[in-house]
Amino acid sequence: MTPELKGFVLLSLIKIVVVFSVMMVGVMMVIWMERRVSAWKQDRLGPNRVGPQGLLQSVADGIKNFAKEDVIPEQANKLLFVVAPALSFIPAMLTFAVIPVAAPLPVDFDFTVPILGQFVHSGPMPMMIADLPIGMLFIVAVGSLSVYGIVLAGWSSANKYSLLGGLRASAQMVSYEVALGFSFVGVLMLAGNVTLPEIVAHQQDSVWFVFALTLGFILFFVSNLAETNRLPFDLPETESELVTGFHTEYSSMKFAMFFMAEYTHIITGSALVATLFLGGWDIPFTSWDSGDPTVLKSLLTLAFFAMKTLFFIYVFIWIRWTLPRFRFDQLMQLGWKFMLPVLLAYILILGATVLVLDSIGWSSGLPYGAALFVMNAVLVYIVFFILDNNRLLLGRTHRKVGT
Amino acid sequence: MLEAVFWANAGIAIVSALACITRRSPVASALWLIMTLFATAVMFVLLDAHFIAVLQVMVYSGAIMVLFLFVIMLLNLGDQSATDMKGWFGRVVGLALGVFVMVELWVITKVVPVDQIRLPAGELNRMTVDEGAIAPVAQVLYTTYLLPFLLTAILLLAAIAGAVVLAKREV
Repeated sequence: MTPELKGFVLLSLIKIVVVFSVMMVGVMMVIWMERRVSAWKQDRLGPNRVGPQGLLQSVADGIKNFAKEDVIPEQANKLLFVVAPALSFIPAMLTFAVIPVAAPLPVDFDFTVPILGQFVHSGPMPMMIADLPIGMLFIVAVGSLSVYGIVLAGWSSANKYSLLGGLRASAQMVSYEVALGFSFVGVLMLAGNVTLPEIVAHQQDSVWFVFALTLGFILFFVSNLAETNRLPFDLPETESELVTGFHTEYSSMKFAMFFMAEYTHIITGSALVATLFLGGWDIPFTSWDSGDPTVLKSLLTLAFFAMKTLFFIYVFIWIRWTLPRFRFDQLMQLGWKFMLPVLLAYILILGATVLVLDSIGWSSGLPYGAALFVMNAVLVYIVFFILDNNRLLLGRTHRKVGT
Repeated sequence: MLEAVFWANAGIAIVSALACITRRSPVASALWLIMTLFATAVMFVLLDAHFIAVLQVMVYSGAIMVLFLFVIMLLNLGDQSATDMKGWFGRVVGLALGVFVMVELWVITKVVPVDQIRLPAGELNRMTVDEGAIAPVAQVLYTTYLLPFLLTAILLLAAIAGAVVLAKREV
């Protein structure tokens, strides 16, 4: 191995270890946050005994889960039953590998270790584990694999409720993957590339895609909720009808792994939404952050990225404790009969708009973003107020009595 | 290094393919098939065809095999020895088809493909760096191969319509 390659491998290893540790601590914090936020929303206190403000509650729960008895049902398919929690946990972690968390960090070193030899690295280091040429599509591909953990858990438990949960999970994930894929297309069309650093760069040039692609953003967020199996789409684990569905038979650390997988999904999902639609690590109202890389820049952009991600994590929790669950037929109707046609029409209209803007010479900058935003505002109005006819958005109370 | 990855993956692909056709449990077979598809995706990456690799994982491992598993689980197929190759006739046909595929593979390794479908070594990698991973595929798909592409699209549309008609008998 050349010294440069060794330097690259060393940096990659460091990044992997750092990202993994931060994610694990983050998962514990998000679990704590969810419990405190839900308590706050329900006028309770929530966990506040272990550590300051109950911050160490998740650690205590982890120890408790390690100490508990690990039950494997007699009829279960032992191998798949044991492997399934890992299968749902690993894809959730893998997604984070291609998300850029901050502006590139300048790293220059040249040192020699007695046995391993020389390590060299110079120039800016991208703040992501792997800068793949397929970027975003990697996330879709890995995300589509996360269903196996749930499906196999449901099947291998040899329990009819678990099996039903697994079946629901597979149908739901396949359906919403279609919507998720199509809501990506808008981002692709504007950014012109699939790698996440380029998507971030394009948003720095014009406007954040949450303005240029408002409708796409809303539909992406909804299908993201469905892909992470969060309320109002947590049909694979409805406790009222399926006794928590696919993980009924799981106990001790295996159950904790499903739990961790869910919260890892929330973090990666939020980070993804922040990257695709909120400019990633971009600091708004300044172009200072896209200049030459410095350590200060990396730290500040990292802080902004963390804030955006945290905001979406909060929205995830907020939605969970606000909305009731869908019925399964409603879920399928929303996916196939509402989101898919709307997204197809949206792609067509967006393509036409981009073509028109291109022909008058606008392809980036503020007027370009403003024009797209106006187009989106009109579309959002049409979809949610005219087509929707007050069914979804305003709810029953706004309808006339007797209709 | 790359060669080691290739051989490891080739081994995984072949062993999983063998396991796929020899396992009695349908679920195990499906899982082994997913492994095979995954190993094939890694092969595409080794050939610098990142986009094809990710499509392989997304479409086959991520969607089609999930539907396979869905159907297997829905019908609750247990450990059965159901097979299409019954009796001596089935075995002979199976053997003949197997030999045919092997001969085909051997011929492919010997024949030099026409220039139109060949790229010089490293060309795809250069295109990926220059234009992104999708453009090299999209470029030829929407220009050179537009007609076959559209025909395939119409075929799929017809298949979807047919599936809907079959599933919804009263229409």
